[in-house]
Amino acid sequence: MELLHLDQITPDAVVLWKWKFIVLNATILYTWILMAIMTVGSWLITRNLSTEASSSRWQSFLEVVVTGIRDQIREISQQEPHQFMPFIGTLFLFIGVSNFLSFIPGYAPPTSSLSTTTGLAISVFVAVPLYGIFDRGIIGYLKHYAEPSLFMVPLHIMSEISRTLALAIRLFGNVMSGNKVVAILLSISPFVFPVVINMLELLIGLIQAYIFAVLATVFISAVVRAQHEKEELKNIAESLGGLNG
Amino acid sequence: MDTTSLIGMASIIISGLTMAIGSIGPSLGEGKAVVQALSSIAQQPDEANTITRTLFIGLAMIESIAIYCFVISMILIFANPFWRLVTTQ
Repeated sequence: MELLHLDQITPDAVVLWKWKFIVLNATILYTWILMAIMTVGSWLITRNLSTEASSSRWQSFLEVVVTGIRDQIREISQQEPHQFMPFIGTLFLFIGVSNFLSFIPGYAPPTSSLSTTTGLAISVFVAVPLYGIFDRGIIGYLKHYAEPSLFMVPLHIMSEISRTLALAIRLFGNVMSGNKVVAILLSISPFVFPVVINMLELLIGLIQAYIFAVLATVFISAVVRAQHEKEELKNIAESLGGLNG
Repeated sequence: MDTTSLIGMASIIISGLTMAIGSIGPSLGEGKAVVQALSSIAQQPDEANTITRTLFIGLAMIESIAIYCFVISMILIFANPFWRLVTTQ
């Protein structure tokens, strides 16, 4: 069962239901289904948590996922991960699950539509100043735009916009190209070869989710970090002064 | 030759050229990055985790340029605005 025709590059083009100006396309439908699967799944798993040695296997699975994400965030940002965990973890799990389910027939990943990836990239674009302002206040955050000199302000703004664009198009291009390559191969040699490429696409989908999460972590922690480094330097200087005195 | 076949011919030729020329630079860059990362891992196997992670991020950054070319050629073939303009007239 093929949902997308060969000449449609995003699931936005598949309109399932339409009423006046409200349009329900395949992207929105599959986003809702994914949200439902992830919410209900984690609610079912975390309903009966146990701290004993004989916990359920689903609880062990979720523990592995959550601690893995937390360790990665701690290694990359060099900070305590609890403040980034809800945002970064949600991004990674949503993109990862969305790409990973792409082997199911009739499913089109929401991340293969430019609207979804742009939405995710814009949420990163908004989250960076929010984390910065919560960490050091509005003036302290705005000061970092003019960090080496005042002439750097337009360059900083340019880099924020261009990296948001790059985040969106990178994810969209990778997922969409994977689907398109599989579809084209299916129409040329529909027996064994598409399966191999599909397995490669599962790997690439997870790597893209990882990269999106890592880049979001890097952007956010770059804003939050400078402050803490100054405090650490001050602490070190004070302890050194104490030693000398 | 009428406008329709001109636009079709131009978009197909240009999309092929976009992929061909646009993938030269990123592939050379990715090759260089992997070579450097492998020799660094050979010199310092303890740092393999950090090097591999940075390598993945860098490869994704480089590869996104090739992906831009791919998106452009896909748009030229499947969602060409000029083609739609001509065929709906």
